[in-house]
Amino acid sequence: MEISCKDPVILNQWHPVSSLDVLTMDTVENTILLESKISFQLNSKEEVTAWLSLDDEKTLLPTRISYGFIWVSLGNPPKDLFLFPEFSESDRQNVATGVFGVNVSAGRTVENFLDMGHFPYVHSGILGEEPHTEVKEYDVEISEERDEVLATSCKFYQPQAAVNSNEGMDVDYIYRVPHINCALLYKTSPVDDARLDVIIIFVQPMGEEWVRAHTGMCLIDDESTAEQIRQFQQTIFGQDKPILENQYPKQLPLDSRIETPIRADKSAIAYRRWLSQKGLQYGVIPSAI
Amino acid sequence: MIELYDYELSGNCYKIRLMLSFLKLDYVSKKVEFHPGKEHKSEKFLEINPLGQLPVLSDTNLVLRDAQAILVYLARKYDKKNIWCPIDDPEKLGLIAQWLSFGDLITGSSSAARLHDTLFYTEFDIGECRERAHAQFRILDEHLFFQEQLNQSWICDGEKPTIADIACFPYIALSEEGGISRMSYPAIRRWMDRFKRIDGFIVMPGVFPAGPRSF
Repeated sequence: MEISCKDPVILNQWHPVSSLDVLTMDTVENTILLESKISFQLNSKEEVTAWLSLDDEKTLLPTRISYGFIWVSLGNPPKDLFLFPEFSESDRQNVATGVFGVNVSAGRTVENFLDMGHFPYVHSGILGEEPHTEVKEYDVEISEERDEVLATSCKFYQPQAAVNSNEGMDVDYIYRVPHINCALLYKTSPVDDARLDVIIIFVQPMGEEWVRAHTGMCLIDDESTAEQIRQFQQTIFGQDKPILENQYPKQLPLDSRIETPIRADKSAIAYRRWLSQKGLQYGVIPSAI
Repeated sequence: MIELYDYELSGNCYKIRLMLSFLKLDYVSKKVEFHPGKEHKSEKFLEINPLGQLPVLSDTNLVLRDAQAILVYLARKYDKKNIWCPIDDPEKLGLIAQWLSFGDLITGSSSAARLHDTLFYTEFDIGECRERAHAQFRILDEHLFFQEQLNQSWICDGEKPTIADIACFPYIALSEEGGISRMSYPAIRRWMDRFKRIDGFIVMPGVFPAGPRSF
């Protein structure tokens, strides 16, 4: 069974294909991963199997269940997935907030998630508002030990930072990109300023310019219902979608000379550099050497 | 009190939110989770609308489904100035009904394409949906172009927009989410810009406000 994608960097990743909450036991589900049709099934023992849909021999693909999602690989994936310890904290509410198809590359989707500059314009009245448009200086590093991009000390004024916010507040942000297509955002919890809510985006590349964006939240919030949390996040993502789909080119240019960054784009620059270092070819426009 | 069974990302619900905003009416939004909850197909909701479709409006003793029907009702009941759905001119009323119907055809093409691309409604033939949407957009673009030649700004003749404009706007404005570009429809784009400047205009996710006026 031939797989059309030939980039080992992306083939050997774990890719999210579905949140667990929407699955029916023993039902075969179909989706697309890296242009290949795949099928997967969850059984009543919470075990998952996956295979290439058109493969008569039904050779099994590597799978795992982590952080409320099913992950599949088309190559030889690493033994472990990145760490996300907050997911297991007992007082948190983990909500998969929905999966959305977007006509853009995975890299553009992750990068938009890292960008604070668009908050006052795209999420006006919720995650930002004029005249509070400045992206203050923040720190970015590529952690070699954890193999992830980390942006810290980010601050932004938000009129309605979360579904349970009553008033505007200065919100502290930390961004982690521990996987080429997955990002986690840690932000001040409106109910406990010593702890951080986590918002996740796990992107499933269906093609180079077509993705399924899986979104979710891991909140310290025992008041809002899962449905309210989903509605909030869907509004935000619905606002991002046209911005993403109007990016040109749709694939992410890794050469720093192609798009001129500003200071606020530090995290995006680090992300692109990190992808370059990994030698990623799929869904990106690689740097000229 | 007016109650709207409502889903934020639905263009058909947005038609009603627009009308309520233009008429400055208070209402209660009763959220129905279309995605991922499929609440519009739940037993509870099917009792309200056996078709399993949004929106539904309830107002005192009336329960009304179908976005176009709700627009007619709200305009007739609450628009004291008789602007949004004038009934004194049979010709104009006929044309309004014609374009309301057209708005529903756009739902069948452009909204279906958006559902395919965004929410994985793979049972739709995406190529065929887009082709139909383009055919409809060409018809409206031509109509609006000739309206402009006659100094008419809206789908139906007159100084002010009507519910026909509301019925056609959302799924044209959201068409790019279904991979339907509006690049070839300049008269539609100009009409959208005028629509966004109507007093009381509101946005939804995926629809942006008008830019600053150019000089």
